[in-house]
Amino acid sequence: MSKIDLNDMSSMQYDVLRELGNIGAGNATTALSQMLNTKVDIGVPQVKLLGFDELPTVIGNEEDVMVGILLMLCGDVDGIMMFLMDPKVAKNLVDHLMGGCGMPSNEDNSFNEIERSAIMEIGNIIAGAYLRSLGELTNLTLDVSIPMLQVDMAAAILDVPAIQFGKIGDKVLLIETAFDDEKVGKELDIKGYYILVPELESYDKILSSLGV
Amino acid sequence: MGEIIKVGMADLKTCTMPDGLTTLGLGSCVGVVLYDPVTKVSGLLHLMLPDSTRIKNNQNVAKFADTGIVELCEQMKKMGAVQSRLVAKIAGGAQMFSFGNNTNDIMSVGKKNVEATKTILARMGIKLVAEDTGLNYGRTIIFDSVTGKLMIRSVGKQDKEI
Repeated sequence: MSKIDLNDMSSMQYDVLRELGNIGAGNATTALSQMLNTKVDIGVPQVKLLGFDELPTVIGNEEDVMVGILLMLCGDVDGIMMFLMDPKVAKNLVDHLMGGCGMPSNEDNSFNEIERSAIMEIGNIIAGAYLRSLGELTNLTLDVSIPMLQVDMAAAILDVPAIQFGKIGDKVLLIETAFDDEKVGKELDIKGYYILVPELESYDKILSSLGV
Repeated sequence: MGEIIKVGMADLKTCTMPDGLTTLGLGSCVGVVLYDPVTKVSGLLHLMLPDSTRIKNNQNVAKFADTGIVELCEQMKKMGAVQSRLVAKIAGGAQMFSFGNNTNDIMSVGKKNVEATKTILARMGIKLVAEDTGLNYGRTIIFDSVTGKLMIRSVGKQDKEI
């Protein structure tokens, strides 16, 4: 049985998880910056322990349409990793990635096949960078599934990590990071959220690999 | 409809006529409406997981199908509902993410939630009169205690009523 109780974590354990989130998000953002070949500033990552009712509203309203990319983790650490962004941001990223030849479809919340596959590739690269840095740091093997994409209400997409956390407690650990792409300008902020949800036993492995 | 009471994730609420109940963005979670057509006492549960006995940390009864439906029924009985008269409408239980035919525990929780909900309802003798479950999209539901209708709203789809 796991030694970790999310509702009763020591500040040391909490700090370690936060730092892992920071390092992962930092590396993911570097990968994003290289992919877009432009400077991407990273905001100060925030780690929040939220109740289920607070989770969807952290990112906006429950019914706001979001693009969600989900990857399953296996290997030494089981769990899920999620990357969330506004559909406008996703369109922006695709357009950037394709050098303005992305043929963006006009409708805000619908994505054609090319766009979908580009978004999944972005998710793949970002999540890969995030997890690689965690793997190097902890010396654990982190394998990841192919990315899955969904465009739907924020609350419905966030059900997936919430249910994962629901198995172990009544709170969700959210690591949120904002990006800012200088070229794009203020109204088209490239902004996203990372959510990493290890299974409870995996917390033990992560923490003990770091000697906590 | 009077005031519309919002029910969060892993939560349950009751109301009487003319008020309504709503929960926003059900994904794999299931929304369970119980309704007494005579007294119009109504309840809504937003459950996340099928079975409380398989989870160690299970103090929050509204998180699970088994304990949540029982608790909702008890609260409604205190408000004048009669269990044998209750009818149920359920929505949600979608599979939000998938690749190919590959499904695992995390992906199939929606289906399990729906199955568990139906089992519990049958065991309690509550008739399931309508459902809009499964598939792969999120649902917002709004229940009107005056008409007994459940309105379902999804992204890019027409509103529907069950």
